[in-house]
Amino acid sequence: MSTATRSLPRTIGAHAILLTYTAIALFPVILVILNSFKSRAGIFGAPLTPPTPGTFDLIGYTTVIGQGDFIHYFQNSLVVTVASLFFVLLFGAMAAFALSEYRFRGNSMMGLYLALGIMIPIRLGTVAILQLMVASGLVNTLTALILVYTAQGLPLAVFILSEFMKQVSDDLKNAGRIDGLSEYTIFFRLVLPLVRPSMATVAVFTMIPIWNDLWFPLILAPSEETKTVTLGAQLFLGQFVTNWNAILAALSLAIMPVLILYVIFSRQLIRGITSGAVK
Amino acid sequence: MGSLKIENVKKAFGPVEVLKGIDLEVTDGEFVVFVGPSGCGKSTLLRVIAGLEDSTAGRVVIDGADVSATPPAKRGIAMVFQTYALYPHLTVKNNMGLGLKQAGTPAAEIDRRIGIASSMLSLEPYLERRPAELSGGQRQRVAIGRAVVREPKLFLFDEPLSNLDAALRVNTRLEIAQLHRRLKATMIYVTHDQVEAMTLADKIVVLNAGRIEQIGGPMELYNSPANEFVAGFIGSPKMNFIDGGRLGEIAKTIGVRPEHLTVDPKSGRWKGTVVHAEHLGADTNLYLDCEKAGLITVRIFGVYDAEPGATLYATPDPARTYRFGADGKTMK
Ligand SMILES: Nc1ncnc2c1ncn2[C@@H]1O[C@H](COP(=O)(O)OP(=O)(O)O)[C@@H](O)[C@H]1O
Ligand SMILES: [Mg+2]
Repeated sequence: MSTATRSLPRTIGAHAILLTYTAIALFPVILVILNSFKSRAGIFGAPLTPPTPGTFDLIGYTTVIGQGDFIHYFQNSLVVTVASLFFVLLFGAMAAFALSEYRFRGNSMMGLYLALGIMIPIRLGTVAILQLMVASGLVNTLTALILVYTAQGLPLAVFILSEFMKQVSDDLKNAGRIDGLSEYTIFFRLVLPLVRPSMATVAVFTMIPIWNDLWFPLILAPSEETKTVTLGAQLFLGQFVTNWNAILAALSLAIMPVLILYVIFSRQLIRGITSGAVK
Repeated sequence: MGSLKIENVKKAFGPVEVLKGIDLEVTDGEFVVFVGPSGCGKSTLLRVIAGLEDSTAGRVVIDGADVSATPPAKRGIAMVFQTYALYPHLTVKNNMGLGLKQAGTPAAEIDRRIGIASSMLSLEPYLERRPAELSGGQRQRVAIGRAVVREPKLFLFDEPLSNLDAALRVNTRLEIAQLHRRLKATMIYVTHDQVEAMTLADKIVVLNAGRIEQIGGPMELYNSPANEFVAGFIGSPKMNFIDGGRLGEIAKTIGVRPEHLTVDPKSGRWKGTVVHAEHLGADTNLYLDCEKAGLITVRIFGVYDAEPGATLYATPDPARTYRFGADGKTMK
């Protein structure tokens, strides 16, 4: 670090701004987690204080776990998220490789077409998607959700990954061709490992909206068998009485898996974001 | 065996014509250097020969067989790239062996060839390392080793020394020259550096804007350049070009190499003032601003004391003065 560009007041200023932002961003999350460990009276009496021996209560968690199916909802969410993520990354990377590597007629039109989905929300097509799922008998299956989420995640994945794939050395791919590697081997063994940081970036951006989505589970797979966590938590949100303990506990639990996935990807993620700037 | 014949090869990227009809013959065991300014199509031509790029027109014939429709791995070639292009996830040994493994060569044979290549290039201590753990010079030797183990009919080098520092460049150049003598293989070498071309080549192909300007041995190009472009490209410092009209000549341009001029403080053909002097020890480069000839470079062997501002007379060697016509061609 050169001292010329880093004066003390500036450093303090920057940190103050960042800390404020962090506090604002974390505030609701921390509030949810704190209150999930309190009794109903504790939640309403003093929502901002941490649990005290008087207000500490695990009733929310016991309700959620006791509900039995919640483990199952978790499983559903996890299956849907991981499977969609897998397909988005696989197909996104393959499409991006084709767009960045091969010259063919309509290459740039195809790239534009694949990126169009970034600007048009997939929910506009809900009615048509529902009709399609009914017609193909996929309503109330996890497959329906996985298909929709794969479609939803692909545009951004193709867009970001094709930019990164263009940066992979042509010489390396050509060396592979001269050594007789197939295009698939070149893609999986040479190119994919080199764009791993950007794959992690795409994974995080894809994963979070899928995990949090309420819309498609509600419409395409509302059955008991296929409910996801976000949909399952609605159970406690009654028209007249709301079980806040259970909702807060369910939300706190729902944060955990994404948090774990995020930690797995984040090291790569930071490298992905800075890779252009710091070589 | 490794002969190569290129017939009327053309290559266009969309509307841009990069190669405008290349004809060339390379005989077995020759060391041919493609030289030309950046962007003239050298790499494209090499990639067409390798099969990494389809030509728009024309044929590529290796050892008498038309390979225009043969994939790169089946052409019997090996290529060394400017950026080394080693597989980052493989050890040096596996980097060298991968091509043979893909071709189904028995493991014992692969080991034998890696052994020979690595001793030839002094790579034995590094066989189990990954490319990230090697220096630039070592990486480029691994890349050369990877080409050697394939025992190709044709070696293709695309500016292999450009990413190395000056001292390593000289060493590696020497190694490539020795490799050629030892293997007696056909090599095609691309560079934009005329010094590399002059020192390595049996035959130099000078390319400019997608066309071949001249083909010949190093001394042939130096002594009898076919046109103004070749005359200016071969030789360092560059040949002086003087407007023929100013000197009262019929030729459009007069060319004199800096080493074919002599200077004298008292008398000579062209009177001028010293603008700048470069003292290199073995020789001295003087930049003279002449009344008749304009700014010219003079190369004097050994040490020569000349202060900027001093007046000197330069005289060209009449036997080694070139005349170029309006079309740029050398006049006999
Ligand atoms: N894949 C490509 N698409 C479009 N133009 C290209 C492509 N590859 C090379 N070119 C163009 O062809 C010309 C020759 O390139 P190249 O053969 O790499 O030159 P060099 O002689 O420096 O090796 C350059 O003007 C370059 O812009
Ligand atoms: Mg080049």
